[in-house]
Amino acid sequence: MEVKQISVFLENKKGRLWEALDVMAKAQINIRALSIADTSEFGILRLIVPNPEKAKKALAKSNFTVRENDVIAVGVPDKPGGLAGILKILTDADINVEYVYAFVEKSGKKAVVVLRTDSISKGKTALKKAGVPVLSAEEVYSL
Amino acid sequence: MFWQKEIETIGRKALEELQLKRLKQTVQRAYKNIPFYSDKFSKLNIKPKDINSLKDIKKLPFTTRENLRENYPFGLLAVEREQVVRLHTSSGTTGKPKAIFFTKKDINQAAELIARCLIMTGIKKDDVLQNMMTYGLFTGALIMHYGAEKVGVLVIPAGPGHTKRQLALMQDFKTTTLHLTPSYALYLADVMSNEGLDPKRDFFLRRAYLGAEPYSEETRKKIEKFFSIDVFNSYGLSEMNGPGVAFECMEKNGMHLWEDNFIIEIINPETGKEVAEGEKGELVLTTLCREAMPILRYRTRDITMIIPGKCKCGRTHRRISRIIGRTDDMFIVRGVNIFPQQIEQVLMGVKGVAQNYQIILESYDQMTVRVEISRDLFDGRIEHLMNLQNEITEKLRSEILVKPKVELLEPGTLPVSEGKATRVIDKRTL
Repeated sequence: MEVKQISVFLENKKGRLWEALDVMAKAQINIRALSIADTSEFGILRLIVPNPEKAKKALAKSNFTVRENDVIAVGVPDKPGGLAGILKILTDADINVEYVYAFVEKSGKKAVVVLRTDSISKGKTALKKAGVPVLSAEEVYSL
Repeated sequence: MFWQKEIETIGRKALEELQLKRLKQTVQRAYKNIPFYSDKFSKLNIKPKDINSLKDIKKLPFTTRENLRENYPFGLLAVEREQVVRLHTSSGTTGKPKAIFFTKKDINQAAELIARCLIMTGIKKDDVLQNMMTYGLFTGALIMHYGAEKVGVLVIPAGPGHTKRQLALMQDFKTTTLHLTPSYALYLADVMSNEGLDPKRDFFLRRAYLGAEPYSEETRKKIEKFFSIDVFNSYGLSEMNGPGVAFECMEKNGMHLWEDNFIIEIINPETGKEVAEGEKGELVLTTLCREAMPILRYRTRDITMIIPGKCKCGRTHRRISRIIGRTDDMFIVRGVNIFPQQIEQVLMGVKGVAQNYQIILESYDQMTVRVEISRDLFDGRIEHLMNLQNEITEKLRSEILVKPKVELLEPGTLPVSEGKATRVIDKRTL
């Protein structure tokens, strides 16, 4: 199973990000990773959560505009050059990265990098071929 | 099909003779029975006998909305109070309302005009009309109701709102025809989609009459496509009976205005002078058959134009275009005259935009257009949203010649109206 990411459209309105996160809190959903892409007029909140279906339903019920996408998650050694190495593999394989964000897992030994490439399957293949540990959905959700 | 074939297809010359005869009577009655008009006539130094041709109508004074308010409640009544059987008021957002009176004959006449309109759209006795306009002081629902009963269709006096109940009525009684505002039609479409209802599979709809708010051709197409129906444009105003003043035939190319009941003038709202045929201007109407409240040269504030040429349907009464705007709705940004309908037309032509929008005027050189994105469009990619924002900005700039700021909103953010929608929020202080 692919790692699912929840994207939420946020209009530029005071408190709207809080409202989205409050929905998650009330639904008892723990956020594993979060990133925000924004322009001056609107933004997109991206979330990795253990139970994407539940999160999606809770947000949609509160009238948020939500979309679920596949992303790639990889484990990277938490040291200088860790992320650069991953991006080099993808660049060499001529795969475009749309966006990337990272978080450090609890033990602090490993960073988890979330990637969205123009083709998820090609991205995964290239990374696996280079020996990068691509994490399964279960692994990511249970971090 | 015709309701009153002879009068609907009357030759132009005979029509004009009839108009002149009725105009003279109307002027005479207004002068004799309404002090407001006799005063105006004396000020202009004219007498009813000065009206000898249709062109002489230009000698008559205009009647404005303010005149109706000033003469509230009984000032413009031309008959004894006992002869009046119905009062409607036209709401003013500011100040006093306008009182509109009907005698028994006036109600019958208004209903006759509606009957002409409905038959013109192919309605039959076995049709079911669900009337979703507001019943009460507003003329929209009641006048339509009386006309539809005259035709003999089954009328469901549902009124607006209670959308789930509306849907149930439509299903249970196999409603074929709707009468509603364009914004409510769009809202209904939204609710149907959210409930997983398919207009074609789950309903029996054939047509809808849309009126009371100006709307664009794009919106008509959107509504026709969603419901798989014919949408007919309806024009009316309480001061002139309510709905049924002008209506579209099956050709759906402009609304036949019943010229045996009204004299049409299209004027330049600033100079008051008549514009050339086919040019845009303010519609001015004179009633020809009204007993209780004859009104001379009423400034409707609606912007339209005469559609030149004959209509294929055979009716000789001239057609006006859909209402392009209201002289009141028009606003000015950077010295450019803009109507909300121009903005709506652009937005409805952009994929990924939901039906609701709002125009915010912050200063005299900056406007913001707030648009709801459609839920289906959102795929989580910010580039797509930015492209959409740019596309809307550019299309608006080329239509209105002013570059607006465009804000994308979450669907369902803007207030949904079940009556008339407020599209323009003017924050500028005068």
